Amino acid sequence: MQRVDCLKSVYAELEDCLVVTIMGAVAAELQSIGHRPNFFYLEHAMGLASSTGLGLALCLPEEKVVVLDGDGSLLMNLGSLSTMARYKPRNLVHIVFDNESLLSVGGFPTATSAGTDLEGIAQACGIPRSTTVRCLEDFTVAVSEALGADELSTIIAKVEATGPRVYVTDLTMLENRFEFSRCVRDRASRRAPEQPR
Amino acid sequence: MPVSENNSRLIYQALKACGVRLLSALPETWLVHLIRMAEDDPEMLLVRLAKEEEGVGISAGAHLAGVKSAMLMQNHGFLAAINGIVSFAHLYKIPLLMLISYRGTFGERDPWQTEGGNVTEPLLRALGIPYLFLADPVTAEKRIRQAQTLAESSLQPVALLLMRDLMWEE
Repeated sequence: MQRVDCLKSVYAELEDCLVVTIMGAVAAELQSIGHRPNFFYLEHAMGLASSTGLGLALCLPEEKVVVLDGDGSLLMNLGSLSTMARYKPRNLVHIVFDNESLLSVGGFPTATSAGTDLEGIAQACGIPRSTTVRCLEDFTVAVSEALGADELSTIIAKVEATGPRVYVTDLTMLENRFEFSRCVRDRASRRAPEQPR
Repeated sequence: MPVSENNSRLIYQALKACGVRLLSALPETWLVHLIRMAEDDPEMLLVRLAKEEEGVGISAGAHLAGVKSAMLMQNHGFLAAINGIVSFAHLYKIPLLMLISYRGTFGERDPWQTEGGNVTEPLLRALGIPYLFLADPVTAEKRIRQAQTLAESSLQPVALLLMRDLMWEE
């Protein structure tokens, strides 16, 4: 299963969500399909995409938040699974692309290549819904179900260790950050229009 | 336990008065009252962390959501959060209001805190993080308000060092 095909298969469903991605291939591939103002790409701070998604989800219970994580990033912040499980925001879907590799720095294998089971860890932390998928069909079904579930979900998607040729895109980090925060604000004001003064 | 409940309440009320609605925290002795106050307050979202660096992501998420937040941590927790501070808060211009208990300095009895005490201020300076001391209950509220204002206007992390004189009743 290719990560970019996974992203294409759920791209339409991401339109209504707030999306936080990790750096590297995930960010570059999602942008290659098409950037949207409700997508925030955390181009560093490995491990903190899930924490960012948790902060957004807790503060905006009326929004659906999707985190596009990776095995290398999640392994750097496994405690995040326990913190997410502790608060169980119903509006958070955590997708982990597990290519068993630190692809962007030369493809060195991560611990998941040696048997570390991220779904097992998520489950043992107390994430209410966790699953591992290995083909595109199962992936799209798992994501659709998670988005409809009204319960915190972690989906481990086993993907090939392949990615784009380059990781730098023409969207600058600050442009993305301010566009995203403005988008969040606009969505909130559309839900609750300000009273005329 | 001689942690000052009165001064903890003063700090907590000042945070509330600034509009802080989310607190991330990892327990440490000097912070016990502050954490309990957040726990008992239905208006406050208290997020208990496994490690302080998570708090950078959570505060960033809160900021992007339009919610004011603060981080409660020990100075060793600040050390544990530095990569997140640099490669998220600084890189993406995210305001962080960090309340850091300044352990391991004058009056410290726990030997294990002392190295962290030595490096806290040099690290804050190296990272270019503006900081002030909270040592006097008379000025504490004003300084918290000033720190919050600066974090929001400059879109960067700002630190308040919680001092023994304020937090501890010998």
